[in-house]
Amino acid sequence: MKSKILPKLGRFALGLPALLLSGCTLDLLEPRGPIGVANRNVILLELGVMLLIVIPVIIATLIYARKYRASNTSAEYLPTWSHSTKIEVFVWGAPAIIVLALGAISAWSSFAFDPYRPLKVSDASGAPVKPVNVQVVSLDWKWLFIYPDLGIATINQLAVPVNTPIDFRLTSDAVMTSFFIPRLGSQIYAMAGMQTQLHLLASEPGDYRGEAAQYTGRGFSDMKFRTLAMTKSDFDAWVDKVKQSSDTLDSASYPKVAAPQEAAPVEYFAHVQPGLFDAVVAKYNNGTVIDKSTGKVIHMQSAMSDMQMKE
Amino acid sequence: MLGKLTLSAIPFDVPILVGTFVGVAVVGVAVLGLITYFGKWGYLWREWLTTVDHKRLGVMYIVLALVMLFRGFADALMMRTQLAIAYNGNPGYLPPHHYDQIFSAHGTIMIFFMAMAFMTGLFNVVVPLQIGARDVAFPFLNSVSFWLTTISAVLINVSLFVGEFAQVGWLAYPPISEMQFSPGVGIDYYIWAVQLSGVGTLLTGVNFFTTILKMRAPGMGLMQMPIFTWTAFCASILILAAFPVLTVTLGCLSLDRYLGMHFFTNDGGGNVMLYLNMIWAWGHPEVYILILPAFGVFSEVVPTFSRKPLFGYATMVWATIAITFLSFIVWVHHFFTMGAGPSVNAFFGIMTMIIAVPTGVKIFNWLFTMYKGRIEFNSMMYWVLGFMVTFSIGGMTGVMLAMPAADWVLHNSLFVIAHFHNVIIGGVYFGYVTGLNYWWPKIMGYKMNETWGKRAFFFWFIGFYFAFVPLYIAGFEGMTRRLNHYDNPDWHLQMQIAEIGVLLIACGVVCQLTQIYVSIRDGKLPANRDFTGDIWNGRTLEWSIPSPPPAYNFAVIPTINGLDTFHNEKEQGLGGTDKPLEDIHMPKNTSAGVFIGVFAFLIGFGAIWYIWWLAALGLLGVMATIILRSANLDIDYYVPASEVQRDLDEHSRKLMAQAAE
Repeated sequence: MKSKILPKLGRFALGLPALLLSGCTLDLLEPRGPIGVANRNVILLELGVMLLIVIPVIIATLIYARKYRASNTSAEYLPTWSHSTKIEVFVWGAPAIIVLALGAISAWSSFAFDPYRPLKVSDASGAPVKPVNVQVVSLDWKWLFIYPDLGIATINQLAVPVNTPIDFRLTSDAVMTSFFIPRLGSQIYAMAGMQTQLHLLASEPGDYRGEAAQYTGRGFSDMKFRTLAMTKSDFDAWVDKVKQSSDTLDSASYPKVAAPQEAAPVEYFAHVQPGLFDAVVAKYNNGTVIDKSTGKVIHMQSAMSDMQMKE
Repeated sequence: MLGKLTLSAIPFDVPILVGTFVGVAVVGVAVLGLITYFGKWGYLWREWLTTVDHKRLGVMYIVLALVMLFRGFADALMMRTQLAIAYNGNPGYLPPHHYDQIFSAHGTIMIFFMAMAFMTGLFNVVVPLQIGARDVAFPFLNSVSFWLTTISAVLINVSLFVGEFAQVGWLAYPPISEMQFSPGVGIDYYIWAVQLSGVGTLLTGVNFFTTILKMRAPGMGLMQMPIFTWTAFCASILILAAFPVLTVTLGCLSLDRYLGMHFFTNDGGGNVMLYLNMIWAWGHPEVYILILPAFGVFSEVVPTFSRKPLFGYATMVWATIAITFLSFIVWVHHFFTMGAGPSVNAFFGIMTMIIAVPTGVKIFNWLFTMYKGRIEFNSMMYWVLGFMVTFSIGGMTGVMLAMPAADWVLHNSLFVIAHFHNVIIGGVYFGYVTGLNYWWPKIMGYKMNETWGKRAFFFWFIGFYFAFVPLYIAGFEGMTRRLNHYDNPDWHLQMQIAEIGVLLIACGVVCQLTQIYVSIRDGKLPANRDFTGDIWNGRTLEWSIPSPPPAYNFAVIPTINGLDTFHNEKEQGLGGTDKPLEDIHMPKNTSAGVFIGVFAFLIGFGAIWYIWWLAALGLLGVMATIILRSANLDIDYYVPASEVQRDLDEHSRKLMAQAAE
């Protein structure tokens, strides 16, 4: 009876992971950008290195447990043996070597793929591709994307041209959260009164899920956005579409846009008041903001800092 | 008069809560009724509630832990069920307001009131017996610790029926936990429950640190201590260093909330990242506070049932000390995504990985303890093997998260949830349950039921993989934690499989409760009973005295001349002592601990609801109790040598009777 069930169970156990994964998209293992590829490779590399020690340990546990069971009196029994210098050296040495390898990978990848490090891409002619700047403001419970160079903004929809570095600057005008597009790679926190940076790139056109990875309260589950990665010409067409919107975003309309809202729909703003992002940061810093590129403290105009009074 | 408290604070409109309340009320009335019917109030009050006996306090801690396990697990079951159905437009049955309270309560209860209480219970039961002491260093303080923990657990459960609990996660990250975003009483329930129990835990740390340093039997040097006592010692050091940080962190948050200060607010110069750094400066040592004693349990159980000494005792001790030290310099790995520079990230990543070395060493030591042994397979060894396999995997995923470049995509995902349940269930919980099975006969005088113990193990073990492997996969599918509903079909599949897992674990929980019931029911059967005091043929001092031990533990304090002295003397047919019996100095029971607990509850409840007269009354009550207690000089008594002799004679008579059976 037992002998019949066990192989079946074994087959079931082997088939289970395959069943779990069939037809699913494992976003982190199928990235669509160089940062995501780096994240994935680091994960697989360290997984491989660790399995070198974890699999033998698990197998040895099961083998020893079976071999040295009390009923197996033919196995050797050393009732007082409790020390062996050779084994001690091995049990400290083996994990140490693994950790040394992982530590090296850790140090290297922390620098090489630092989210603050700008990405450099060349076009066909070898000239560097100019990055697209996006300023991200996390709100309760939606995402505001400002394209300062294009003078437009959107809610809950991020469009980016493919093979173009995207330079994000992020802040929050509500609680703290984390900005994350799983298929493009690394996430970063968005915090009120502070600016963080993130550099990503989409290598293929597509519609990728973007999310708030840090819990933000009641509307958290619907605080998500779509990332539309598109060709340069499609992107230009999208910009034109946004510019046809009748809405604008300035210090007068901002408080209404920033008000808490659950499951917020996509919105386009044809025009954005310059310096809006800095004003959002400055609002929590007595009207000042640090220009991250020069390190200088800028005092925002009083008109902009009016925003905080209206809430 | 009643501060913020009005009738509308009682959630009549939530059927689940009304049902729960009715259930709790019925069970509560039944229990109280039974106690009254059997006339046990006096017994309960004199022998248990006012006790300062470490063994009884230990038992009460473990009972509290099991009740809280039930509560925390009910939360888990509700969350998994919500996520199994809340897909593609279906809102599920738990709206965010309720769901967010549940996940916050689940984490808080499982860590502070299940795991910490279970751990403290095991410390209480085992440590004094292992070092040959008659009680802990400060028996009255021990009672205060217990009551502070208990009333905090009551306080957090009161939030079910009066007001609401926090909706911010178990660590209450600001700014969402600030007044601006969470004006309700939920966070205040969280703050006061954790603060009051934190005081209890800190006192426990003081108590066991002192007990282990000052009260070891003559001849027992530090390197002759059993490993469980070593881990209790290191955990106490961690408690002493880490819990004040928690107190200060939550204190600052309280100042923000109650007095409008700006430690962690968005504006006014507050900094949310200050809170993250502070809370994790406590939080990471905290997980080692929990896991070290579990390692200690395994280090006792594996040698006993492999019939061999522990392999590499000194290595095990140094590995424990290394973990104790390293646990304080890894905290930033909880927020690699805050935008720190690559040097900071790399440093904390590497430090975290280094912890894997002493931890790996421990796994190897248990492995080589089994090697060339004679392993007796009972339910405890099942839990041990389940632990070694599961914890190896959990440790591996932990190291994966320690790599900043990997953490940037895994942070806050269900992968993290799967990882820490992997180490907390597979490590901490499996360890404490093993300890419960192992030391139960010492306290009760009979062993636990094996059949139900094994059933519990298999349901927990298989259920764990069904519940958490899908979460690892969902993490790779980019699913974040704390979602209430979603529309991704890939995630839906994983959530449904995880639901099967949680149902299997539910069977495991039921088996464990049945195991306890059956064990007590069959406790009088001769096959289960043990009068020798050494049911497992153990190696350490707690097995040298009768089960259950007399209140004074040791008739004569033993003299130690090395590691496993008790076992070696047993092997050589030695043992016993020629030392004459002496009168034994013992602490008297006291009700002061109960009163301090009750008054502390009033402080917490009053502060939560802004009922300031009540809080002031509670504070006065605590102070008055302490003063009265300090003025009381009648706090100890002597057990005469003749009575000790009588106990010894009684014990030998029982032994002979059992031998004759």
